[in-house]
Amino acid sequence: MSISEGTREEARQLMARYPRPRSALLPMLHLVQSVEGYVTPEGIGMCAELLGLTKAEVGAVATFYTMYKRRPVGDYHVGVCTNTLCAVMGGDAIYAELKQHLGIDTQNGVTDDGKVSLEHVECNAACDYAPVVMVNWEFFDNQTPQSAKQLVDDLRGGTPVKPTRGADTVVTWKEAERVLAGFYDGRANEGAAAGPATLEGLKLARSDGPNKSGAEKSGATR
Amino acid sequence: MELTPVLSDNWDADQPWTLAGYGDYSAARKALAMDQDAVIQLVKDSGLRGRGGAGFPTGNKWGFIPQGDGKPHYLVVNADESEPGTCKDIPLMLANPHVLVEGVVIASYAIRANKAFIYVRGEVLHVVRRLQAAVQEAYDAGILGADVLGTGYALDVVVHAGAGAYICGEETALLDSLEGYRGQPRLRPPFPAVEGLYASPTVINNVESIASVPSIVANGVDWFRGFGSEKSPGFTLYSLSGHVTRPGQYEAPLGVTLRELLELAGGVREGHELKFWTPGGSSTPILTAEHLDVPLDYENVGAAGSMLGTKALQIFDETTCVVRAVLRWTEFYAHESCGKCTPCREGTYWMVQILERLEKGEGDAQDITTLLDSCDNILGRAFCALGDGATSPITSSVQYFKDEYVAHWEQHGCPFDPSASTLWAGA
Repeated sequence: MSISEGTREEARQLMARYPRPRSALLPMLHLVQSVEGYVTPEGIGMCAELLGLTKAEVGAVATFYTMYKRRPVGDYHVGVCTNTLCAVMGGDAIYAELKQHLGIDTQNGVTDDGKVSLEHVECNAACDYAPVVMVNWEFFDNQTPQSAKQLVDDLRGGTPVKPTRGADTVVTWKEAERVLAGFYDGRANEGAAAGPATLEGLKLARSDGPNKSGAEKSGATR
Repeated sequence: MELTPVLSDNWDADQPWTLAGYGDYSAARKALAMDQDAVIQLVKDSGLRGRGGAGFPTGNKWGFIPQGDGKPHYLVVNADESEPGTCKDIPLMLANPHVLVEGVVIASYAIRANKAFIYVRGEVLHVVRRLQAAVQEAYDAGILGADVLGTGYALDVVVHAGAGAYICGEETALLDSLEGYRGQPRLRPPFPAVEGLYASPTVINNVESIASVPSIVANGVDWFRGFGSEKSPGFTLYSLSGHVTRPGQYEAPLGVTLRELLELAGGVREGHELKFWTPGGSSTPILTAEHLDVPLDYENVGAAGSMLGTKALQIFDETTCVVRAVLRWTEFYAHESCGKCTPCREGTYWMVQILERLEKGEGDAQDITTLLDSCDNILGRAFCALGDGATSPITSSVQYFKDEYVAHWEQHGCPFDPSASTLWAGA
């Protein structure tokens, strides 16, 4: 696949956002993934050409970051947190069962139908919802092996799935990468402000119990 | 114990992530009517300390920026929340991105910066959307751009998504990453306040630190100092996770104890007891039930042999194998080591090999000695704190749970059943 002039123009727009164009390299690599699906040689070539770098310099950056993929991933990229806390809470079991269920043995491996790929990820900053599974970087909180298997079955079967904290539906890998490149998709108003764990402390502070808010009594304003 | 929702106060409001749901940026208006140095002095006087882990006084950081130097100044918000156990900035930005943007306006004005960046980790799509939308709304409302709130002050803000690298939470690695390089830490000095982004004076602050600024400007120093202690004033987000009845975010004055927080959270999950916990992420040495009454502020957690860090309280009960937990954290550090410094790059690799052997019950006493010796050769010998952090789980777990390491080789295997630790155990 070759990269279109439209994509090159968008890459130039990203470069213009920064005092020095090279700062746009990470966003540009996200943009490459949004059209190519992964960081292709053509994508590296485009970044190198526009930024006046060698392909080796761009490749050195691309291979440093785990979100940049060197091979195609699925339309829905599933990440299971197996850092200590999620692992202990069940992330290890979820990852093991998903590997078997999907027939995927390798990190970032893809199902035969190209729909789903699987990765074990590091801490995704949702520890109060452990164990956590991500789909195209949207949160699926408090998962079990059963719920995670249902989730990937739905993704493969085309049944819409809804993140626990995120947009109303999960966009495709390429669509997600476009947002991460810096092109907003207009979906910020979808979904909730917070999940239940996020609000536990606030709920207590709102109650009339002994833990009622101290800040409120002092007349704080935001 | 009273909870103090300030940052979290509007999280249950209707669409609090929108400008309409948030408010009118009155703190920014107030700050922009002040002299820049007076804003810096106010934040200094408040005693606000960095919420990203190190606890450095925020106002002092701002004060280090040279003035009248003719160079552009930059504000960079570190929104790369990735320290294992840490889960406060992500829900904050998801629910209330405008409080961060308002803090960015105030901080940028104070340090005389006309360009600010929010470097957010890439693996949180909806948080990136909420930030993008909040920044766009702020531009549309004249809060950002060429004439901020009609004052003539110009400020541009760029939301910049990272691409998966824990090391980029380290402030100088973040700067290299933001300049389009591999995220590797820089040698200091020069410090970022003198030569930061593009070798220009740069302030790098954690999300929660910046988000705390509007309330300080709005309510004043005395109000802020009314919470917490003399050296650790204010309120903060404590994040409870793991084997606790109601995990979540609890915003409380600095100095609250884990015993008090656990009481609020319904205690350790039913039928179990506390075994070990981290006060502020995996890089802070683990503590045990004997530390339940340590006030969770910068001084007292330090005196107890750990660090307040990010206030990420990961709770593990007696079903958890400490060797398994430490092995997994060590695998994390080995994976995330940027490779720049030999002690960290090589040391974390070999420590994983040794811990794997120990966890399988194939280790011996010499392995413990080698592990501690490796830690000794990493601690203080790397450019950045990742190397130091990698040693914390190992040295602290050997300190408190050496018997458990021994039990692994005596029993030729792990004595624990991992299924007993899961969320669905007993269900």
